[in-house]
Amino acid sequence: MDQQNQTIFARPDAMTETVTHYCPGCTHGIIHRLVAEALDDLGVRENTLGVAPVGCSVLIYNYFDTDFLEAPHGRAPALATGFKRMRPDMVVFTYQGDGDLASIGMSEIIHAANRGEKFTTIFVNNTIYGMTGGQMAPTTLPGQVTTTCPAGRDVSRTGYPIRMVELLAALATPAYLQRVSVHTPQHIIQAKKAVRKAFEYQLEDRGFSLIELLSTCPTNWGMTPSEASKWLAENLLPYYPLGCYKDFDKAEGDK
Amino acid sequence: MARVLMKGNEAIAEAALKAGAEGYFCYPITPQSEVAEYLAKRMDEVGGLFLQGESELAVANMLFGAASTGKRVFTTSSSPGISLMQEAISYMAGAQLPCVIVNIMRGGPGLGGILPAQSDYFQSVKGGGHGDYRLLVLAPSTIQESVDLMMLAFHLADKYRNPVMMIGDGMIGQMMEPVEFPDHYEEPELPEKSWVATGAVGRKPHVIKSLFLDPYMLEKNSWELHEKYDQMKKEEVRYELYKVSAKNKIMIVSYGTTARICQTAIDQLEKEGISVGMFRPITLFPFPEPQIHKEAIKKNINDVLVVEMSTAQMMEDVEKAVLGKKPVNFFGRTGGVVPAPEEVKEQIMMLIEKQKKTKAKKKA
Repeated sequence: MDQQNQTIFARPDAMTETVTHYCPGCTHGIIHRLVAEALDDLGVRENTLGVAPVGCSVLIYNYFDTDFLEAPHGRAPALATGFKRMRPDMVVFTYQGDGDLASIGMSEIIHAANRGEKFTTIFVNNTIYGMTGGQMAPTTLPGQVTTTCPAGRDVSRTGYPIRMVELLAALATPAYLQRVSVHTPQHIIQAKKAVRKAFEYQLEDRGFSLIELLSTCPTNWGMTPSEASKWLAENLLPYYPLGCYKDFDKAEGDK
Repeated sequence: MARVLMKGNEAIAEAALKAGAEGYFCYPITPQSEVAEYLAKRMDEVGGLFLQGESELAVANMLFGAASTGKRVFTTSSSPGISLMQEAISYMAGAQLPCVIVNIMRGGPGLGGILPAQSDYFQSVKGGGHGDYRLLVLAPSTIQESVDLMMLAFHLADKYRNPVMMIGDGMIGQMMEPVEFPDHYEEPELPEKSWVATGAVGRKPHVIKSLFLDPYMLEKNSWELHEKYDQMKKEEVRYELYKVSAKNKIMIVSYGTTARICQTAIDQLEKEGISVGMFRPITLFPFPEPQIHKEAIKKNINDVLVVEMSTAQMMEDVEKAVLGKKPVNFFGRTGGVVPAPEEVKEQIMMLIEKQKKTKAKKKA
C-alpha cells in the first residue's frame, strides 16, 4: 500500500456494519467504539462474551461482532457471573445504563463486585431512563426535570442521586473502579485508556472492574447535542467527580 | 454401585453429578438447604462449580448465564425462592436454554410454612413466569425415583432446550431411603449444542436472547416453543398404575409422596376386601391426560378421587382429562398438613356409601 492511501482510521473489527438506532448526539455510539477498540487492541474479540442490558443499549448485540447474551433488566452481572464462572478462559463484559445498574440491578452489581467476579462492567450514566422516554433515575440530578419529576427532582422526596463508583469503592474486593466522561475529545481519550485498562485487569485475572462513563441524552434532556455536552460539563462533573476510585495495585495495602 | 442410605436432598445432589452437572447455584432456604451443603464439599471434589448467590433472583440469572455455555447446570430451592426465580425461568424458556430447577415444596402462599406441600402445582405446570411457555415438570414419589428423574431431567433439558423442573414436597427432601446410583448415566445420544456462546471464532456471533421486537418473529418463536411442548406431549408422558384392575370401583389420582400415602390406604383396603386402583402421574407437564381419560372411563370405575396436598390444583387437570364422563372427587390437606392413610380410607368409604345409595335409588 502506498504512503498516500494508508488506512489510518477504520471501523473496529469488534463492531459490525449495522447502523445503530441511537438518537443524534447520543454518546452510546462513542462508548461502543471504545469497548470495541479495547477488544481489538487486546486481540480478544473471538474470545469475548458481552451481556446486554435492558435500556437504550438493549440492541447492542447487533453492533458487536462477539457472542452476546440479552439479560433481564438489571441482571447482567448475575448472567456474567454464571457465564464467567463456567468459562473463566473467556473475556466477559456487561454494558449497562444507570436505570439498569443503579436501580433495578443494584443488588446484582454490588454482590458481583464484592465477590470479585472477573468481568468488566461498562456503566453508562446519563442520569435518565432513556428508552422508556426520560423518567427519573436514581442518578437524576437534584432539580433535573424528567417525565416523572416534571417539577425537577425533589431530594426531600426521592433522596440524592447515587454515586455508584464511590458506593462500590467502599467494598474491599473490586480491582478497578474509575469514572470518566465522553463529552469532549480529550475526555474520550482518557475514557479509552480507562476502558482498555479495565479489560487488561480482567485478562490479568485481577478481579472485578467497572468504568462509569458520564454520557449525554440530548433527546430526553431536551437539548441539542452541543448543549447537552455543555450541560454535562456544568452539572454532572461537579456532582460526579471524574477519577480513579479504586485500583488493585494501590488498594492492596488497604485490604 | 451398591445401595446406600441417603437423605433425599443429598441424593438429588449426587444424581445431578452422575448426570454430568458441572455448575450449581444456590441460595439457602428450608427444606432443601442440604443440597447446597452437600455440594459445597462435593463440587470441589469433582471439579465443578458451586456458587452461593445473593438471592434467588440472582441465582436463577446466574443459571441463565451458565446455561449459555452449554454445560449442564442446575439450582435447587423451595417455594418462595422459586417464585423469585420466575423472571429468569421465563427468559430461559424464551431463549431456549436447558437447565434443571428443583423445587422442594413447602406450604404457601407468601412465607407460608416450612412443612411439605404440593401447592406449587399451578406455578410449575401452568407457566409460573410471564409469556407463552411451559416447563417439563417431573414429580418423584421416592428417593430412588428422585435420583432417576434428576438424571433424566438433564437429558430432557438438553433434548428440548428447555428448563426442566423437578418438584418434590418437603418429605422428598428430608426423608432417608436406600438408593442406588448407576456407575455411568446411560442416555440416548443428543444433538451437538451448536447454539452455545463460546466466542465468535470463525463464525457469526451467537446471541442468546428472548427479545423479538418484530411481532411476527416473536410469534414465530412462540409457535416454535409450542411445537416442542406438543412433542413433549407425544414423547415424554410418564405415569404409573398401582393395583389397577377390573375389580376397582374407584380410581385415585395422586402424585409425589401423597401417592405413597394413598398406596398404604389402598393396601389396607385390599385386606378389607375393597379394591381401589391408583393412577400416579410422574410427568405433570406433559400431563397424562388421555391416559387418565382411558382409565377413568372404564365401565367398572364409578368415581375418580384426586388426593393432593393443595386446595385442588391438579384436580383441575384431572377434571379436564375425565371430561365429565365420571364424577371427579377431591380430598386435600394443605399448609404443611400431610394426609394420613386413614383419612384417605375414610374418603373411599364415603364414596362407596354414596355409590351404594345411588345404586339403591336406581333400583327403586
